[in-house]
Amino acid sequence: MSHDTAAHAAAHGSVWRRWVFSTDHKVIGCQYLFTGMAMAVIGGLMSYVFRMQLAWPDAPVPGYGVVSPGEYNALVTNHGSIMIFWVAMPVLIAALGNFLIPLMIGCDDMVFPRLNRLSYQIFLLSALVLLGSLAVPGGGFGGAWTSYPPLSAKGAYNLTPYGAPLWLVAVALEFVAFLLGGINFVTTVMNARAPGMKASYIPMVVWMIIIASILFMASVGPLVAGAVMLLFDQILGTRFFDPAGGGDPLLWQHLFWFFGHPEVYVVLLPAMGIVAEIITVFSRKKLFAYNTVLLTAAGTGVLSFLVWAHHQFVAGIDPRMAHLFTVTTLLISIPIAEMTFVFIATLYGGSITFPTPMLFALAFIAEFLIGGVTGIFLGSSGTDIYLHDTYFVLAHFHYTFFPIAIIATFAALYFWFPKMFGRMMNDTLGKIHFWGTVIPFNFIFIPLFITGMGGDHRRIYSYENFPMQMTPFLQELRIVATVSLVILLLFQVVFLFNFFWSLFRGPKAPANPWRANTLEWTAPSPPPHGNFATMPSVYRGPYEYSVPGRADDYWPQHVAN
Amino acid sequence: MSAAHVPLATTRSATGIPTGRLAVWWVLASEIVIFGGLLAAYVMFRLHHPHWHAEASHTNTWAGGFNTVVLLTSSLFAVLAHQAALRGDGPRAARLLYATIGGAAIFLLVKAFEWSTEISHGFTLFRDTFWSFYYTATGLHGVHVVVGMILMTLIAADARRDRNLHRVELIGTYWHFVDAVWIFLFPLFYIAR
Ligand code: HEM
Ligand SMILES: [Cu+2]
Repeated sequence: MSHDTAAHAAAHGSVWRRWVFSTDHKVIGCQYLFTGMAMAVIGGLMSYVFRMQLAWPDAPVPGYGVVSPGEYNALVTNHGSIMIFWVAMPVLIAALGNFLIPLMIGCDDMVFPRLNRLSYQIFLLSALVLLGSLAVPGGGFGGAWTSYPPLSAKGAYNLTPYGAPLWLVAVALEFVAFLLGGINFVTTVMNARAPGMKASYIPMVVWMIIIASILFMASVGPLVAGAVMLLFDQILGTRFFDPAGGGDPLLWQHLFWFFGHPEVYVVLLPAMGIVAEIITVFSRKKLFAYNTVLLTAAGTGVLSFLVWAHHQFVAGIDPRMAHLFTVTTLLISIPIAEMTFVFIATLYGGSITFPTPMLFALAFIAEFLIGGVTGIFLGSSGTDIYLHDTYFVLAHFHYTFFPIAIIATFAALYFWFPKMFGRMMNDTLGKIHFWGTVIPFNFIFIPLFITGMGGDHRRIYSYENFPMQMTPFLQELRIVATVSLVILLLFQVVFLFNFFWSLFRGPKAPANPWRANTLEWTAPSPPPHGNFATMPSVYRGPYEYSVPGRADDYWPQHVAN
Repeated sequence: MSAAHVPLATTRSATGIPTGRLAVWWVLASEIVIFGGLLAAYVMFRLHHPHWHAEASHTNTWAGGFNTVVLLTSSLFAVLAHQAALRGDGPRAARLLYATIGGAAIFLLVKAFEWSTEISHGFTLFRDTFWSFYYTATGLHGVHVVVGMILMTLIAADARRDRNLHRVELIGTYWHFVDAVWIFLFPLFYIAR
């Protein structure tokens, strides 16, 4: 009954009410998505500017001009911050979580719709503060996304008296938005599930977003405290992190990485969940070892709290501590490898098809593997002492973050686009975009592994200041990386065209174009306000594909028999 | 629109636990790690700075002890308010909440007295990292007290008219947390010399 009035009101409400101040989880999900996409464009263009500077030092960058050292630092810092806090988290967790959770657990909204809207508004504010911080006197903050004090703690050191505090305020606001959002997600999944939806019937991507949200809540607290202390150092003049006044800069590193390393898993787990959904659908097979995947995900979460100091092997920590953290770090590769094997076992013997989402999902597994394997070198304190803060590290973490934040996100967008917007995307353009993304990606970062081993330190404005690093070989590799980046960025235009053209002109999508089992596909495409005409009941797990003896090769969760 | 449409999701309870109670516990869980990080950092510093012993002797143990009693009493009022709300006696719950708010106000007054005497004796935020920690931790706790007072005022106003009585329990849980944080702050900054 409430649904009729709601649909009525929604259809007649002003644009303002329907799109800006809506409390509908799908609208909020789309708001997060579009904000995240806009930030991705900004973050991507930033990498274009600073990579051009590295390939052709001091030459004006087309479309930007000459890059000064201060600008270079600000660009790098904000590129990293944007990609992690304003792209990966909002898109993978907030956008997908908002859109998918109520639909996949079979209810009509989040349990706190207005809190949900508030969390987006705070997030939007945080993005505006961050962009604003680039325009204040002194320029944007350039002390790296890790914001190590004492450099970050005093305007006199970092020369950005307004940029640094504003950057910190932006990050803090973003944390508040995600804490509110996470509480909403977790309570929604705990309490608002459809009748019959047992814990073991919850789709993997929902589980992963929930575990990620809990991980975030548990890890970010100390950093929130640290951020307050750093802000006091910056604007009041306390000396928490300044050794000159009895403080300790290492304290920040502990607080930061206690959060920073789990953060990798906060964004990784949802990406793993996306891949699980997609490969089961397109290989028409049950997810291999559902329970084990869940347990490993939770185990990875716990382990991720015990590894943080591997970022501090060269920071002057006790060598015995370094040994300990080497061991825990290497241990964490076991659950991750296990999940990869689960994916491969799921594919094994399936009847596999390769539409665009599947290509991206498979590419995620392959590329992430390289990131994982190179991480072993860095987790061992012995090799890390040589490789620390070189482009080897940089290439390693881009081999983990790029698959997570970009490749898995594309897989998700191509997969759920029909449900989100009621239209199909063009598969041929999708495949062009796929190859145009994945091939150049490797040509950016493989060269950077090599320059890293050749001694290129990261966060360097111009290697001309280090003549030893200006060999033709290294310089050519830098140019290869930069040219590949330009190619990669150009291919994103194909995506943007496909996305927005399909949004308005794409063929109408059926309710279940991929013949998938999970509940979101039983709602109309796009789902109306209130999602389901009648609330579904759930009878089985999400991955009953190709069950012997059934006419269809799928068996939706809500079908009684 | 917002008035017409009440999502079904808000009324479901697959766990059997009211959604509001779940949410409050998650809020507190994320708060615990915030205070946990701050206090863990403080303890590590304290171990490496023996001279903090002398600094800590300048905090006013009597005032802190008095405030501990005040907070514990206010928590008791919060419990009684919850009981009244359970019986459906909104006006009584509201009166007890006002008593809790009174306790919070006394706490803040004492705190203000402490801070001003300390500052006037030269123990400012900048004197030593000990004092930076002291003002940051007690300040953050004070912010929680103020937030609690605002929320309790709103909830009491509702409860007086027998509306949203379930919120009395939720604010009570929050208030016990604020109390519990103080139970950690008091020995760490006042007693442990
Ligand atoms: C086209 C893709 C990308 C390219 C070419 C690129 C390139 C770079 C380069 C060259 C740097 C270091 C610059 C320096 O140290 O001087 C950097 C830093 C960084 N990037 Fe990317 N990046 C890309 C995408 C991403 C993505 C998707 C993420 C994360 C989701 C990411 C996260 C970071 C982070 C965290 C830093 C460190 C920033 C800092 O040191 O403060 N990047 N990127
Ligand atoms: Cu790490």
